[in-house]
Amino acid sequence: MMEITLTHYLVLSTVLFSIGLIGVMRRKNLLMLFFATEILLNSVNIALVAISHFYGDFTGQMFAFFIIAIAASEVAVGLGLLVLWFKRFNTIDLDNMTSMKG
Amino acid sequence: MFEAAAFYLFAFLTISMFWITVTTKHALYALTALAAGMIFISAFFFILEADFMGVVQLIVYSGAVMALYAFGMMFYDTTRELHEKQGNNTLVFLLSGISALIVVAMVAAPLVGGNVEAHYPIVEGVGNSQAIGMVLFTKYLVPFEVAAVMLLVAMIAGIVMAGKKMDESFSELSEDEIDTKNAEVIS
Amino acid sequence: MEMYLYIALFAPLVGSLTAGLFGASKKTLFTGVFASGMLFASFISSLLLLVQVLQGNTYHVEMMTWIATGGLYVPFGFVVNSVTVTMMMVVTTVSTVVHVYAIGYMDHDKAFNRFFAYLSAFVFSMMVLVMSDNLLGLFIGWEGVGVCSWLLIGFWYHKESATWAANEAFIMNRIADLAMLVGIFTLYWNLGTISYEGIFASVGTADHTMLVVAAAFLFVGAMGKSAQFPLHTWLADAMEGPTPVSALIHAATMVTAGVYLVVRMNPLYDLVPEVGIVIASLGAFVAMFAASMALVNRDMKRIIAYSTLSQLGYMFVAAGLGAYWVALFHLMAHAFFKALLFLGAGNVMHAMSDELDPFKMGGLGKVMPGTFWMMTLASIALAGFFPFAGFFSKDLILEVAFVGHHPILYTVLLLTAGLTAFYSFRLAFLIFTGEERYKLFGFHPHEAYKYMLVAMSPLLVLAIIAGFLFKGTYYEMVTAMLPAGEYHVHNPIVYWIMTIGTQLFVGGAVLYAWIKYKNAKVDKKVEAGFFYQLLFNQYYIPKIYDEVFSKPYAELSKMFWKLDNAVVDATVDGIAGVFYGTAKKTHTMQDGNLSSMLKWMVVGLVALLVSAAVFIGVVTNADVIMKLLGH
Repeated sequence: MMEITLTHYLVLSTVLFSIGLIGVMRRKNLLMLFFATEILLNSVNIALVAISHFYGDFTGQMFAFFIIAIAASEVAVGLGLLVLWFKRFNTIDLDNMTSMKG
Repeated sequence: MFEAAAFYLFAFLTISMFWITVTTKHALYALTALAAGMIFISAFFFILEADFMGVVQLIVYSGAVMALYAFGMMFYDTTRELHEKQGNNTLVFLLSGISALIVVAMVAAPLVGGNVEAHYPIVEGVGNSQAIGMVLFTKYLVPFEVAAVMLLVAMIAGIVMAGKKMDESFSELSEDEIDTKNAEVIS
Repeated sequence: MEMYLYIALFAPLVGSLTAGLFGASKKTLFTGVFASGMLFASFISSLLLLVQVLQGNTYHVEMMTWIATGGLYVPFGFVVNSVTVTMMMVVTTVSTVVHVYAIGYMDHDKAFNRFFAYLSAFVFSMMVLVMSDNLLGLFIGWEGVGVCSWLLIGFWYHKESATWAANEAFIMNRIADLAMLVGIFTLYWNLGTISYEGIFASVGTADHTMLVVAAAFLFVGAMGKSAQFPLHTWLADAMEGPTPVSALIHAATMVTAGVYLVVRMNPLYDLVPEVGIVIASLGAFVAMFAASMALVNRDMKRIIAYSTLSQLGYMFVAAGLGAYWVALFHLMAHAFFKALLFLGAGNVMHAMSDELDPFKMGGLGKVMPGTFWMMTLASIALAGFFPFAGFFSKDLILEVAFVGHHPILYTVLLLTAGLTAFYSFRLAFLIFTGEERYKLFGFHPHEAYKYMLVAMSPLLVLAIIAGFLFKGTYYEMVTAMLPAGEYHVHNPIVYWIMTIGTQLFVGGAVLYAWIKYKNAKVDKKVEAGFFYQLLFNQYYIPKIYDEVFSKPYAELSKMFWKLDNAVVDATVDGIAGVFYGTAKKTHTMQDGNLSSMLKWMVVGLVALLVSAAVFIGVVTNADVIMKLLGH
């Protein structure tokens, strides 16, 4: 228990990922949904960097770095869209966004 | 030992922060908890001797991204509680639980053996930032440039989508015109 | 020379297809003229081939391969030898005459073009039947004439009686065709070939029982086509079709296909004389049977149809007794005068606005002299008076029966000859002589178009001269292929007694008809009599068929239809229903709500994870699992 191995980090990452999944499934507010998505991305980052550390390979850190970059741009675009939607419909409740009904 | 203590402490904190984020009814609490969680994750990066990643996490995530979300929060009356029509909670927890269980089982079992070859091995002796710089600007140069372009595009997209009319500038309008504008907006 | 073969074969098809192009349009005279022209080309080609065959040449072409699988090789092959060319001449002559006649007969019909398409298609099928060099090609032609006959009998398809008659004809033929197929299969199975050459070469050494079976089944097939008892009811009902159709198909060509089959397969039938006796007996029975029904009938075309049936019986007697060339000769002569009779009847029908009861006519000889003379001369030929064609063919069959020592057959045929003369002249006298009963019913008859009479005249000429002019040449030509039996009664006294006696007997019958019918008195007491009713209702055979076969079969079909609905339809609908039900229940999955879609995404993810875990577990512990399973 004292020795922190890769497994610990991976278990941590899994737990955080499942918390993110809970958030994704439960939240009905679009903004809250974005928060949950961030959690998912972060948990993956942890896992990548941990693997990189324990195997002595920089690939994991590079990957995590790019994930951060992408997450940032995603937030920018996503919030832009959210603002537009709010201006039009005055609500960001997911239950009202069902125009893609199949 | 320090490492173990730090790990468990920050693990506990991160999990509880993120749990608050996904379950609280107050939007502001969720935002705050998320920001805290980001910071604690950067702690993990420092433990793992990925200094550059830790700093980037702090600057980009808990700095820029959280600021973005904070601006997004303007669309709320943040004193009000979120009323979310809840679906089937049991199902949600069950699904997540099962997936967590399975993946934990997968990673906990001593599966993958030893001979994983490192493509870009960590160079001893240099600092982490320097080493990352050596890899980033040689082997990962193209993705780096592409990411830069992508960020530029995202920025422009954000401005265009959310911005007001660009051809008018308040600083060049006279007082009367500003007043009429305000009157329109208010009415 | 082969070119003429192809012209003779395919010219009718060209005419048919061209007419078919205009099938849905209004009447265009061009189609009739073109079809007749094509038929005439076919006739000329057949004539040229006849000249060649008379000099002893035969032609055998193989147009292309049809079936070449395993050991079975069946080509589209055609052969022209003496038997073929005789049939070709008969078919093309009568067809050309009927085509030209039909231009006038169908003058006012809306479906003029369609008629010529069907008629020429029929001639093409008949040519395929006659010219084919193997049994399967013959079968194609066989079916082709069946289909065209169906199309033509039911030509006026709005009339329910016509469509019913067409179906009856086709279905009865089909029943017989099943037997014919069995016969063909028997031959192929045992001899390994279905071409005539192959069969005739190997039939000498084959098993006798097999040959009997094959011959019997082939004859059953011929029975359907040539309307022998018990498959005869369709021929009388087939008179629903237009008269040119009756003249071509049900007098001269299709119904003689059965006789042609027996004649063509003569090496086979020579080896099984017991089947031949059965054929001959059946033929004689049919001859008498049909003649009896024609005695009292009040439908003009039906009388002539029964006459055809009767003469077919004569042909089968000859074929059954081994006198194949005699049967073929009678086939040829009969085609001419029977077609002439039908065409004349068509003229009368046209004049009397499709009235068929001769008791409503009378004295038409004054108004329609041309038709009167043609029908009378045709009837004389049919009755068998010297020197018309009928004498040389029909009396020859009587001689065959006599010489072969078949007294019963001879007597039956002789009596039938008398009956034939009686009813033919009954018809002629009722229509053309006596008082003009038609005036009572308000008809205004007129003679047919000049060109129609002109078209009929070749048949008249042939009916008169075919006997004494052609017999010698024909005999020499045909006995190259068919067994050359000399059926002369050697004792000249017996011969002259027979011949003169027959002529007197027939003449007496004609006289009797004249006495009875020149004034056309209808005897009510006789009409109510038992025999009269029996004959008038065709021995009640159609009714029997209806009760015994048709009605139970219809009930059975209805029962099976219910079963089909319940089982098959239900199954198919059930499958569709499953799909619908599933769709109804699961389409709520796509409600456009992002949250629920995310939930479904996670469900999918969990499913994948579970399957991955199971897979990994199985793979890594494969040896343990195999041990558990006991290997």
